[in-house]
Amino acid sequence: MDFELMINSFPKLLNAAVVTLKLLSVSLIVGLFIGLLFAILRLNKNIFINKFAYGYSYVFRGTPLLVQIFIIYFGLGQIESLRSSFLWVILKEPYWCAIIAFALNTGAYTSEILRSAFQTIKPGIIEAGKSLGISNKIIFYKVQIPIAIRQSLPAYGNEIILMLKGTSLASTVTLMDLTGVAKYIISTTFKPIEVFIVAGGIYLFMTFIIHNLIKFLEKKYSY
Amino acid sequence: MELLAFGDTGWGDELFRATLMTLAVSITAMLIGFSFAAIFTPLKLSKFKFLNLIANIYTTVIRGVPELLVIYLFFFGGSGAIMFVASMFGYKDYIEINAFVTGSFAIGIISGAYSTEVFRGAIQSIDKGQFEAAKVLGFSKFKQFYKIVFPQMLRLAIPNLSNVWQITLKDTSLISVTGLVEIMRQSYIAAGSTRDPLFFYSFAAVLYLLLTFISMKLINKLEVKYGRGY
Repeated sequence: MDFELMINSFPKLLNAAVVTLKLLSVSLIVGLFIGLLFAILRLNKNIFINKFAYGYSYVFRGTPLLVQIFIIYFGLGQIESLRSSFLWVILKEPYWCAIIAFALNTGAYTSEILRSAFQTIKPGIIEAGKSLGISNKIIFYKVQIPIAIRQSLPAYGNEIILMLKGTSLASTVTLMDLTGVAKYIISTTFKPIEVFIVAGGIYLFMTFIIHNLIKFLEKKYSY
Repeated sequence: MELLAFGDTGWGDELFRATLMTLAVSITAMLIGFSFAAIFTPLKLSKFKFLNLIANIYTTVIRGVPELLVIYLFFFGGSGAIMFVASMFGYKDYIEINAFVTGSFAIGIISGAYSTEVFRGAIQSIDKGQFEAAKVLGFSKFKQFYKIVFPQMLRLAIPNLSNVWQITLKDTSLISVTGLVEIMRQSYIAAGSTRDPLFFYSFAAVLYLLLTFISMKLINKLEVKYGRGY
């Protein structure tokens, strides 16, 4: 055990963990909106809209995240019209490519979580709202969405942790996140175990915090 | 379409072999995972706090740390660890373990942590009366497990194991960083030499979708088979 290396690499890895957290939080926020949108589309009665939303979640859940990142980072640059458009400002940056891939990926899982939450809402609750003369729109925003969010908290907590682990793939498109820096230190010092303990410890600490945060929210919004 | 031709002109046969490699790694990893689960599930269910702790450390650490980091640990640390063991037996030469072994071991350990949780959940949800009835009927511990617990556990575990299989299948794409030529690595090579990454990575996505689609169909059949009588 090389304790000196562990102590020396700790601040570097901690700095890299900030990159990981940034990637995580931005892609979760974007992914939540995508997820909500597609969950609503899934509940639409129009079969085409419905199938489209299903296809989106099927494709993104059935393929590895690595493929998705590579298609967006390496693949999209090939399209000439994309390269000359304003979108290229975003797509040439590995940072934004990673975020787009993460957001689309977590959006697919989130849409499934929210969809099943919407479907478990008891019809009686909606009927009660209707019989009180509340409009459908207000029932949706004030009744269905809050209940669905509460229902989906435990599953969404798992999704956040899966996404935290997913951000490690950003290192494959040259970003120096926690895993990227850990790999760099391992390949220069050839001390994989020491670096794994420190980097893994930081990841575990983050999962621990997320886990407890979700637990706290679950308790707060329980009914 | 000529990019996918079989033979020297296209990448069809290479990608086909890579798909078989992905399948081989996934199945090996799943089996390694099962053997880990066979060790750690009893520890999880044991009465001894210390054994619980060991199993909990295993599942918590592996499920809380990115797969890629575990793969790097095995990729960079694997041959070092083997050489250390070998040196205790007096073997001093350099040993290199191949990417297939390292890869399926790394993914196997990850898959094992998920399988352990699935089996633990399945055994815990078997009705307590079943165990008592087996005891009353004078079944030996082994017979009780083999004839009563195991078949019921399988029925309860298969739906969740199909999730573990999906995770494992997708995780194998990460082994491409160690240089093992599976779907992802082959697409990377093909994309590099034809300068057509969009096509090859999209094709890789299609291959993964096909694999998940076909395996889900097969697992559904298993589910029906083990769920009969319910």
